[in-house]
Amino acid sequence: MIDDIKRIGADGPARIAAATSVEELRAVEADLLGKKGELTALKKGMGGLDPEGRKVAGAALNDARESLEAAFASRRSELEAAERATTVAAERLDLTELVDLPERGSLHLVTQTWDRLVDVFIGMGFTVAEGPEVETDWYNFEALNIPAAHPARGMWDTLYVDLGDPETVLLRTHTSPVQIRVMTDGEPPIYAVMPGRVYRRDTADASHMPVFHQIEGLVVDRNISFADLAGTLEAFTSAYFGGSIHSRLRPSYFPFTEPSAEYDINCVFCEGNGCRTCGQTGWLELGGCGMVHPTVLTNVGLDPEEWSGFAFGFGLDRLALMRHGVDDIREMYTGDVRFLEQFPS
Amino acid sequence: MKVLLSWLQEFAPFPSDDPVALGDVMSDLGMAVESIERIGEGLDGIVTVKVLELRKHPDADKIQLVDVDLGDGEALQICCGATNLTVGDIVPLATLGTTMPDGMEIARRKMRGEWSNGMLCSGRELALGEDHSGIYILDPSLALGTPIVEALGITPDVLFDLEINPNRPDAMSVAGVARDLAARLGLPFAIPSPTVDELAGDASSIASVDIIDPDLCGLFHVRVIEGINVEPSPRWIADRLTALGMRPINNVVDASNYVMLELGQPNHTYDLSKVPGGALRVRWARDGETITTLDGIERSLTGGRDGVITDATDAPVGIAGVMGGASTEISETTTSVLLECAWWQPMAIARSSKFMGLRSEASARFERGVDPAIAELAARRLAELLAPSGARLVQGSVTVHGDLPVTPAVRVRTNRVNQLLGTAIATDEIVSLLTPIGFVCEEAGESDVFSVTVPTFRPDTTTETDVIEEIARHFGYSRIVGRAPTSAHTGSLTPIQRDRRIIRQILVGLGIHEAMPLPFLAPGDLARCGLPPEAVTVTNPLAAEESILRTSLRPGLLRAIAYNESHRTDSAALFEIGKAFGVPSAGTTLPDEREHLAVALAGADAFAVARIWAVLAETLGLDGIAIDQSAPPAGLHPGRSGVLLSGGVPVGEIGEIDPGVLDALVIRERVAWLQLDLGAALAAPHGEHRYHHISRYPSSDLDLAFEVSDSVAAATIAAAIREAAGPLLVDLSLFDVFRGHPVPDSHRSLAYRLRLQATDRTLTEEDLSGIQRTVVDAAASVGAVLRG
Repeated sequence: MIDDIKRIGADGPARIAAATSVEELRAVEADLLGKKGELTALKKGMGGLDPEGRKVAGAALNDARESLEAAFASRRSELEAAERATTVAAERLDLTELVDLPERGSLHLVTQTWDRLVDVFIGMGFTVAEGPEVETDWYNFEALNIPAAHPARGMWDTLYVDLGDPETVLLRTHTSPVQIRVMTDGEPPIYAVMPGRVYRRDTADASHMPVFHQIEGLVVDRNISFADLAGTLEAFTSAYFGGSIHSRLRPSYFPFTEPSAEYDINCVFCEGNGCRTCGQTGWLELGGCGMVHPTVLTNVGLDPEEWSGFAFGFGLDRLALMRHGVDDIREMYTGDVRFLEQFPS
Repeated sequence: MKVLLSWLQEFAPFPSDDPVALGDVMSDLGMAVESIERIGEGLDGIVTVKVLELRKHPDADKIQLVDVDLGDGEALQICCGATNLTVGDIVPLATLGTTMPDGMEIARRKMRGEWSNGMLCSGRELALGEDHSGIYILDPSLALGTPIVEALGITPDVLFDLEINPNRPDAMSVAGVARDLAARLGLPFAIPSPTVDELAGDASSIASVDIIDPDLCGLFHVRVIEGINVEPSPRWIADRLTALGMRPINNVVDASNYVMLELGQPNHTYDLSKVPGGALRVRWARDGETITTLDGIERSLTGGRDGVITDATDAPVGIAGVMGGASTEISETTTSVLLECAWWQPMAIARSSKFMGLRSEASARFERGVDPAIAELAARRLAELLAPSGARLVQGSVTVHGDLPVTPAVRVRTNRVNQLLGTAIATDEIVSLLTPIGFVCEEAGESDVFSVTVPTFRPDTTTETDVIEEIARHFGYSRIVGRAPTSAHTGSLTPIQRDRRIIRQILVGLGIHEAMPLPFLAPGDLARCGLPPEAVTVTNPLAAEESILRTSLRPGLLRAIAYNESHRTDSAALFEIGKAFGVPSAGTTLPDEREHLAVALAGADAFAVARIWAVLAETLGLDGIAIDQSAPPAGLHPGRSGVLLSGGVPVGEIGEIDPGVLDALVIRERVAWLQLDLGAALAAPHGEHRYHHISRYPSSDLDLAFEVSDSVAAATIAAAIREAAGPLLVDLSLFDVFRGHPVPDSHRSLAYRLRLQATDRTLTEEDLSGIQRTVVDAAASVGAVLRG
C-alpha cells in the first residue's frame, strides 16, 4: 500500500502539469483526490492494516494528499491566469473609437459670468438680492434722485409698458431699483450685490442689446466712506480679474451717488501697456460708482447723518464677451447651439 | 466739449510741451479726455499741386485718374475717389513716404491696375475738420509745391475732446475748463476784460425789454451794436469754430458762437431793423402759436411748456433758450444788431427742447445752467470780436431781471468731509482746494466748520455733499487710499438661488444647453404658440417684434428651436430660466411677474422630458408634484401632455408641443416640453432628503405584472403599491410595459419589481406572500388585475 501511495505521490505532479485547462485539471483532481479517486480508494483499504501499519500508511496518505493539493492549487492559479489573459486580450478596446458620445449641455455665458461674480462677492461677505424687471417710476427713477423732467433722465432710454398712468410703469433701465427695495425692505448694515436683467430702448448691434445684464453692489453701514468704496472695488478687481489687474476711480456724475466716479480697471488684454481694445490708454471703463446720495438715503427713511454707503454697478455681458473673445453680443441671444456648445464651462 | 490748447492758454499759462499729461489732469478732474488731436502735426510731405487732367479709370467706375503738377511741369498720376475736382484746381497731395495724421503711410501702389503716386486729401484726412465729401480745394493763387502747413497758415495746436458730466455747466466753456485745470495745476487764471471802444448814445433809448413771466427768464441783458458789415470772419475765428465742430457762417453769427464756446453764454443777435421799436417781450407760449425758426422749419408751440420772445406786436421772434426765429435773422443788409444775453430757467429749456425734439448748443447750456454773472462781459466780448469789421457797441444797456435762483452759503464740516471721503484733510487744505475754483470759504464761528459761498457758475452745487465732491475732485480721487470694510454679514445665496444652480447643473449634465431668448414678442406670437393673447404691451417699442412682454417662455424657446433647425442643428436641447409677465391681478399695478423654468427638446418625445422631470423632482425633493393628463394645457399635444399639480394647484406643464403649433412655427421635429413656475413649485418645503437606515439583512424581490386600462395612470398603480407594501418596500420600479395580445385592447401590462427588506430581520416566505396579497388587493382596487 505504501508503494501505491508513493507511486501516486510521485506520478501525480506530472499528471497535474500535463493538464492544459482548468477543466482538464478538474478531471485529474477527481481521479486522484475525488470521492472515487485513487487516494480515496487506498484510504478505504487501510481498514485491513494493523494499528502500526495503519499509522504509517495514514501519515503517508496525508503527506501525499497535502503535496498533491498544493500542486493542484498552484497549477490551477497558473491555468486561470492564462485563461484570463486570453480573455482580456480578446476584449481589447480602442478607446478613441467613440460612437454615440453622451450629450453635454452648457450654461449660458451670462450665467457663467453671473455665478463667477456672485461667488467673488459672497467671499467678500455680500448677500445676493434680486427684484422685479418691470418697475414703477418711483423705484427706477424718483427714489434714486431722478425726478420727472430731470435732465439726467435722458441718460437712460426707457421702455415703458401700458400699465397705470402713462410713463409710470417701465422695464427697469438698471439694477439700481433693487437697491431701493433692499434698503426699504431691510435695515442696515447692508452688504449686498444685485445681479439682474435690464432693458433699454436700443437697437441691437454688435455691442448693444435692448436687453442685457448688470450687477450692482450696495453697502450701507455706519462710517462708510469713499475709501471703503475704493478698497472694495480694488479687492473685487484683483479677485475677479487676477492680482495684476488694478482699479482706478475718476470723477463722474450720477444722480443717485455723490461723490460719483467712473470705475476703470487695467486693460485685461495688455495689462495696462496699451492696445487696440483699450484704445492705447491701458484702461478699460467698467462701470459707475459713488457714495449713496443723501437724498436717496432720505427717500428710503435712513438718516444720512447716521448712515452712509456706497454703490457700484457694471455691465455683465461685456465681461462674458471679453473672457471668451466674442465680438458680437447678439450671438449670445439667438439660442444657436453652435454658439452655446462652445462654452461648456 | 472740445477745447484747443491755444484757446485755454488765453486764460492761464498752461505748458505746451506735454498735452497727454495735461489731458490726464483733465480726466482726473472728471472731464474725461475722449481723444487728443494734434493739429498741424503729421502734415509734413503734403504739398500743393495743380490738377492738369482728369481721366476715366479704364477698370473702375468709382475711381478717376488725376494728373497733377508739383511745380516741375511733369504730370504725376494719382488715383482718386473724389468727384469734386476740376482741371486747374490747387489741391493738397500727400506725397510718397508721407505718414498721415491718422498714422497711414502713403506708398506707391496700384489701384485696379493703375499706379497711384500719392493721395489727394480731404479736410478730414488733413485733420482740418469733419468734411470728407471731397478733396480740400485750396486758394488758386498758391505756388505749387508749397508745404500744406505753410499754404494754409496752420499754427500747430492741440484739440482735446472732453466728456462733460451734467453737473458741470461751468465746463461747457473754454474758460470754465481752463479755470478747473488751472486750479489743479496751481496756475493763475483770469478772464481778460474785453477792450471795447463804445459809441456815444444810449441803448436804453433804442431797445426795451419786458419780462412778462419772471419764472421763465431770470435775466435779459440787451446791447445794441451799430456799424455791422456782414462778411466772412477773420481766419483765426473761423479756424477755431471749425476745430470745435461749428461751421463758420459770417462774422456776426461766428462771433456769437465764439462767445458761447469761450464763455458759456449762449446769446442771440437780432437784426434791429426787423424788431419794431427795438422792443422785446418774454413770456410763456400759448397753445397754437407758431414760429418759423432759423432752420426754416415752422414749429408749433405748447402753452406753459415753451417760452417765447416776442416783438412789440406780441408775434414770436424766438423760442426761449432753444432757437431764434427766421423773421429777425441777420442778413447781408443788416447794419444794426440787437444782442441778447439771457438766463433761462433750466428745467423750462430742458422740457421745451426735449418735447420739441430740438436740441441746440444753446439749449444744452441753458438746461444745465448758465452763469447769470457772465452776460454783461459776454456781450462786450462779442463786440470786441466784431470791432475789426467796423462794428461799435452803443453805450448803455438794458438789463431786466426775473426770478434768479438764490444760492445760500453752504455749511461744511471738516469732520463730515473726512468721514465721507475716508481722508484726513485739514480745514486749511480744504480751503486751498476750493478757493481757486471760485468757492469763497469763510469761518462759521465753530471750529472746523466753515461757510462756502458757491460761485454763480456752479448752480449744481447747493449742498454740503456737493461741496465734498468738489473737494474730492480737486484733492484727487487717486490720493484717497482704499480700505475694504469688513462685512457685517456672512455672504450666501438664498434658497431659491441655490435651487436655481442645482437645476442648471442637472440640466447641463443631462445634455441640455441654456439659452436666453429676449423676453419680447411680436403680436400674434402667443397665439401661434397656442397661448392666450392677453399680455402686457410696451408703450414705445422700437419694433413691433419687441412690443409684447412674454407670458410664457414657450414662444422664445420654440423660436430658438426653429432657428437651430433652419441652421441644420436638429434635435436641439434647450432650457431657460427667466421671467414671464402676466397681466396684473386686480388692484395691482405691476405685472404678475414669475420666474419660470422651461425645457424644450427637439426630436424627443414626451417620455424624454418626463424622465428629465423625474430626475429634477427627485433631486430637488419635489415629491408632491403630480402630472394630471385629464385636461392637457393649451398648445400642447392633447394625448401626450399634462399639467403639473402641486397640492391641486397648477405649477407647470409637461409633454409635447401640439403638432399644429409646430406646423405654424415651421418646426419639423417633435418637441418635448416642460415649463415650471419655480416660485410656486419651490414654495413648499422640499429637498430635505432624510437618511434612511440601510439594512444589513438580505432583501427579496417580488415581480408582479398587472393588466391595466389605459384610462388609469401608471402613477396611480405605483402609489397604490407603495402604500400597500408599507415601510418594507425599499424600491419600486416599473420594468416593462407591454401592449398587444393577449392583453385586451385599450389595456396594457405593467410589470413592477418590488424590492422588500426589513431592518431587523430576514423576511420569510410568509412575510412576502402576505405583502403580495395586500399589494395585489390594493392594485385591484384601482383597476389593476394581476396577470397569471
